[in-house]
Amino acid sequence: MEQAVALVGVHKSFGSVAAVRGVDLAIERSEVVAILGPNGAGKTTAISLMLGLRRPTSGQALLFGMEPADRRARSRCGVMLQESGVSGSLRVGELVDLFRAYYPRPMPAARAIAMAGLQEQVRIQSSKLSGGQRQRLYFALAVCGDPDVVFLDEPTVGMDVEARRAFLAGIRDFAAAGKTIVLTTHYLEEADELARRIVVFDRGLVIADATPAEIKSRVAGKRVSFETDAAFTESDVAGLPYSSFEAGGGGRVRILTQDPEGLLAALFRSGRPIRDLEVVGADLEEAFLTLTSRERAPA
Amino acid sequence: MSTAAPAATASTLGMIGAQSRAMVIAYWRVPAFAIFSLVLPIMFFTFFGLPHAREKLANGTSVGAYLLGSFGAYAVSSVMVFNFGIGQATARAQKIDLLQRATPLPPFVTIVANVINALSFALVSLLVLFAFVFVAGGVRLSAATWVTLTVRLLFGALPMIGLGMAIGYSSGVNAAPALANLIYLPMSFASGLFIPLNQMPDFVQRIGPFLPTYHYGQLAWNTVGGADESVTRAVLWLAGWTLVLFAVALRAYRLEATRKFA
Repeated sequence: MEQAVALVGVHKSFGSVAAVRGVDLAIERSEVVAILGPNGAGKTTAISLMLGLRRPTSGQALLFGMEPADRRARSRCGVMLQESGVSGSLRVGELVDLFRAYYPRPMPAARAIAMAGLQEQVRIQSSKLSGGQRQRLYFALAVCGDPDVVFLDEPTVGMDVEARRAFLAGIRDFAAAGKTIVLTTHYLEEADELARRIVVFDRGLVIADATPAEIKSRVAGKRVSFETDAAFTESDVAGLPYSSFEAGGGGRVRILTQDPEGLLAALFRSGRPIRDLEVVGADLEEAFLTLTSRERAPA
Repeated sequence: MSTAAPAATASTLGMIGAQSRAMVIAYWRVPAFAIFSLVLPIMFFTFFGLPHAREKLANGTSVGAYLLGSFGAYAVSSVMVFNFGIGQATARAQKIDLLQRATPLPPFVTIVANVINALSFALVSLLVLFAFVFVAGGVRLSAATWVTLTVRLLFGALPMIGLGMAIGYSSGVNAAPALANLIYLPMSFASGLFIPLNQMPDFVQRIGPFLPTYHYGQLAWNTVGGADESVTRAVLWLAGWTLVLFAVALRAYRLEATRKFA
């Protein structure tokens, strides 16, 4: 099958800062790929390189086998960027029509507007939209040219739960039409829900490239937190299964662990007073810590 | 390299049409822009011109017609420098250029659409000024003269488009209005657009004839009466300034593009 996106041995430096440090990545047509990673991992830079908004310091970026900045390649791709703007005094419907004019075979404006759930806002000027509505407008602009691939950089930032759910449904619609979707996100659940492939970036490198199930099993972990007497220190959990320890203010202790049951059993046996116990799934930032430290540590 | 069939692209003319249309709509929705370029030329004509509009200059030209040339030149070039230049700086500040850059829209289409937008704006501000000068100032010209004046003012504004672009690509949204005023206002005075050059201080009279706005004014006065140089000479000077100011604008544009997209 035709390759939609390819990064071949790509490095990108800004001055002395290496943002991407040797990445090989191929995305086939009709794939839905989520790029995950902590802040500063190089996700946005990678997207900019795929789009030809930035040029690699070395290596090559290809979009449908062409230079990404080639107009023919750009005519097959739509994009939602993290930091970008549109004229605030133009209405939603006018902006969608404008962006449709950039593409050779756009979809009907009404369809793009419906996919973004903006039917009620067609006549509203873009500067008067809420943050979530604005994100949906950018989505409508990304898909209105009926491109073969869309790049979505942190698409759900600023959306409430309801808006996010509707938005993810819109993306699934688009994917169901056989489109290639490349999105970056902070949220593992979001990636899990949409993508069949997750690429994890860390410090400019791809450190994992697998299905959501595989990634989740590798980053599984729980955060155990409780209140106790102030004298509780890391030495009190010495020898127990945990990967990070943090004693905050007010005697609250937070421990990240792969084996919460074993850890808690041991703590209860020790007879220390434990109040207000919480066990929750580790958030992605913490999960990355485990994943990245494991990838680096010599086995 | 790959099996990709060459992807079709949208028609460039269609893009120019859509982009110009969107820009014109967006500009007319910002009242500050419209008021600035429509009201100021009329106001200046009222202050400087109305009291003497029906008098004659030594060479027989009516003062009203002469000042119509002056403030027509002022109106069009201020649209180019302010609306166009500051508009460009604003678009950059709002990162409109960033998203456009990621679409198939070629950057030159945006520039062409900007120019079309500025020219249409300038045309409207000229027509408003013409109507005012005709009614309030009692200035009567032949139909051919009105048309020639319009055409010369719109095409002669090319160097001012270059100046607007140079300001728009090189300065931030806060600095652009200050820079535009700092360059454009003294230049207009020193070119005799507000007060005839021979009433200016001696050193200004010596600098004036080198400025683009001076020759732009000469182009207008050549149409309505009261010029100090021939049309050919004015056009040659304006052509030279067009080259210089577009080179400056291009350099500012390239610096900006390298910073953002390299």
